[in-house]
Amino acid sequence: MEDLVMETPEQTVMERLQQGSAPPPEAEMPPARTFEVKNLSIWYGEKRAIDTVTLDVASNAVTAIIGPSGCGKSTFLRALNRMHELTPRTRMEGTVLLHGEDLYSSAIDPAIVRRRVGMIFQKSNPFPTMTIGENVVIGLRLNGVRNQKFLNERLEKSLRMAALWDEVKDDLNKPGTSLSGGQQQRLCIARALAVEPEVILMDEPCSALDPIATAKIEELIYELKAKYTIVTVTHNMQQAGRISDYTAFFYLGRLIEFGPTTKIFTNPTEKQTEDYITGRFG
Amino acid sequence: MEAATAPAIMRGEPLSAAAAMKRPSRFGDKAFEWLTLAMALTVAVLVILIGWQLWQGSLLAIRKFGFHFLTTSTWDPNAEEFGALPFIYGTLISSLIALLIAVPLSIATAAYLTELAPWWIRQPLASLIEMLAAIPSVILGLWGIFVMIPWLRDYPFPWLKRLFGWTPFFTGPIYGPSMLAGGIIIAVMILPIITSVSREILRSVPDLQREAAYGLGATRWEATRIAVLSYAKKGLFGAVILGLGRALGETMAVTMVIGNTPQIAASLFKPGYTLASVLANEFTEATSDIYLQALFEIGLVLFGVTILVNLLAQLLLRTITTTSATRAVQ
Amino acid sequence: MDTRRSDNHPWRRFKSALASVIAFISAAFVITPLGLVFFYLLVNGASSVNWAFFTKLPAPVGAPGGGMANAIVGSLELLAIAGIIGIPVGVLGGVYLAEYGSARINSILRFLADVLNGVPSITWGVVVYGLVVLRFKGFSAYAGGLALGLIMIPLIVRTTEEVILLVPNGYREASLALGVGRWKTIVHIVMKTASKGIITGILLALARVGGETAPLLFTAFGNRFWNHSLNQPIAALPLQVFTYAISPYDDWHRQAWAGALVLVTGIFCVNVLVRVLTRGRGASVV
Repeated sequence: MEDLVMETPEQTVMERLQQGSAPPPEAEMPPARTFEVKNLSIWYGEKRAIDTVTLDVASNAVTAIIGPSGCGKSTFLRALNRMHELTPRTRMEGTVLLHGEDLYSSAIDPAIVRRRVGMIFQKSNPFPTMTIGENVVIGLRLNGVRNQKFLNERLEKSLRMAALWDEVKDDLNKPGTSLSGGQQQRLCIARALAVEPEVILMDEPCSALDPIATAKIEELIYELKAKYTIVTVTHNMQQAGRISDYTAFFYLGRLIEFGPTTKIFTNPTEKQTEDYITGRFG
Repeated sequence: MEAATAPAIMRGEPLSAAAAMKRPSRFGDKAFEWLTLAMALTVAVLVILIGWQLWQGSLLAIRKFGFHFLTTSTWDPNAEEFGALPFIYGTLISSLIALLIAVPLSIATAAYLTELAPWWIRQPLASLIEMLAAIPSVILGLWGIFVMIPWLRDYPFPWLKRLFGWTPFFTGPIYGPSMLAGGIIIAVMILPIITSVSREILRSVPDLQREAAYGLGATRWEATRIAVLSYAKKGLFGAVILGLGRALGETMAVTMVIGNTPQIAASLFKPGYTLASVLANEFTEATSDIYLQALFEIGLVLFGVTILVNLLAQLLLRTITTTSATRAVQ
Repeated sequence: MDTRRSDNHPWRRFKSALASVIAFISAAFVITPLGLVFFYLLVNGASSVNWAFFTKLPAPVGAPGGGMANAIVGSLELLAIAGIIGIPVGVLGGVYLAEYGSARINSILRFLADVLNGVPSITWGVVVYGLVVLRFKGFSAYAGGLALGLIMIPLIVRTTEEVILLVPNGYREASLALGVGRWKTIVHIVMKTASKGIITGILLALARVGGETAPLLFTAFGNRFWNHSLNQPIAALPLQVFTYAISPYDDWHRQAWAGALVLVTGIFCVNVLVRVLTRGRGASVV
């Protein structure tokens, strides 16, 4: 639908800048896409929540999904890891490809999809009966990993990647719920990272957090995109502008506009987009 | 994505998580669902099982006595004449007495607990009442034999006889074990359940109702009467029916104080017999097949009656309350 | 009603106060039996609860002395059998109602469970008599345990279902989003979170059937001696209390009080334990 600016998976913008120059977009290698969504429609019972959406998600970039309440942002996000199927009486049409593989083919177990495409929720939900350490590795353990050494390595690695290791390394046996709100959300991120997904989906991850915790998470998102593809739903436009490379604007289940964030926010093509960005409706 | 085989670990190579994790098992999910479904279906199976077993066990008696079983008042095992009327009468009368005593007390107590009592007394009092519910029937019966009946015989019964001896209900000699004693002990047993269910129902009355009444200047009692009790009428009726269901099936405490004599008499001082009591007393004494079958048929009658009453109670309670009231049944 | 007429108010206030007093007296009437029962249990029973009570078998009919050791052990055995039957079926059934199924089927099953909970306990005894005692030609601990276990099933189904429904959906979603399958999510995450509630539901059901006499009258039947095989009749504490209470012997009456005191103490301890477990975070479990 639009031109996508691609970054190579092996190098970040920072690294290329340090090399002296960031090559112009046109000289980039062929575009790497994580998701290819074609004509996706989703119904809840009789109601059509997503209407023929086509969109490609870039690899190692942050794609933000914005739009007013009820526009289908969360539904679309959940369709990327088949979590929307948990609601009864859903129906979908169209295709969703993850690195070329059809996520909805009958050959694939949804559980495998969800291992590759992780999710962070609006309200952080560390498991209440488990310690911090147990929370992080629970995904691995319930999926059959027994090797204690492997689990310990993964525990530290995930907590470091979630920028939480230094804060909790001496408290791994404390309950997961004893952390602050922002720390709990980072714990959930560590938990999701432990199973080594390729993609991290985030459904309004900061909406329940104070500004300082939010800033920490946003910083973390920036660091994570070097290794992961991130798609985040946010109702906070300023946040979308801060952290994302690409932005998709949804309204009433349809994709109105999609493109590089700078373009969407400074020079949107569609009038509706402009109206939303400038706050004429919300 | 394939699961790695053991050799990678044994070779000491670093694994990816994807390699370390096992394949998800769709079989496990389906199996678990079927297993839990089978367990849940047992409740349906049990209802059918009870009905079928009772029916099977009483077939002979049903064929021999037919409908007269319910209308004959002779219960003579030796002559092999079996009529359930004395027990039906005893069950109904003792339950009725129990309701007459328990219902006003329970609803007043429930109203006290939810509307009228000072806040600090509410939970302790409610907890005490729940403790009463935990007392097993046989223990209340023990207390009934050795404490309640002697006391009844010495004080309330003679007093009742003096005042109401001119009616047919309080005539005749006072032995102690009697229909009235049975009714009283059943009342004690069903007080907690009617109280706690009524309490849940009164609590579920929206505060809006109360506020509307108080806003008009009503006193505590007026607000309770107008806004709460009349609003909750249907639910309270359901609580009463639930208590009735419990009363009909009450066995041990009744058996120990009612006298266990199969007769139909107007006087409440005379001993009586209930459906549950005759089962408790005579089941192990049944010497002939027909005797046993007659007892099974009594069990069937009891089951049928309590099922109907409980069905009615559940229907009433479900139409207006949350699960908390039906939960209070336990 | 003209509420501005001040001479109306004192009468209405009086009525309200009177109603409060009547209601208070009613409440007092309701808890009086509790106090009286406890009082007499202590007075009549405490002196007879001694070491002999816990360790000796019943003495020959009419002879003084002896104890209820076999009844206490018998009750525990019956509860174990009942638990083996009732707990898995009840818990898993409750899991189904909470996690699976359709609204209609589930509400029918729930309804049936509630109706079963209102069936008189003696009825279960009659049913198990027909099913087991007649078929295998004898009273047995199996029969008694089965009767008690069947009573436990609808109780535990309902309590389990309730606490599992209380587990916030966020935890299920978080687990599924990690690629964990449905049954593992339910068992390791949901049931684990609800475990306290599930356990207290089980404890309450055990306390409830532990005091039951009627279903045991013609299934376990009772036993003056030790039970050596689960295929044989077995003594139980409530049964023994009943037998002694209706007997003509004073010494047995005395022991009945002792047995009753021990039984009630056991049941109340479980209830207090449950209360302690469910305190905090306002989670009401039963």
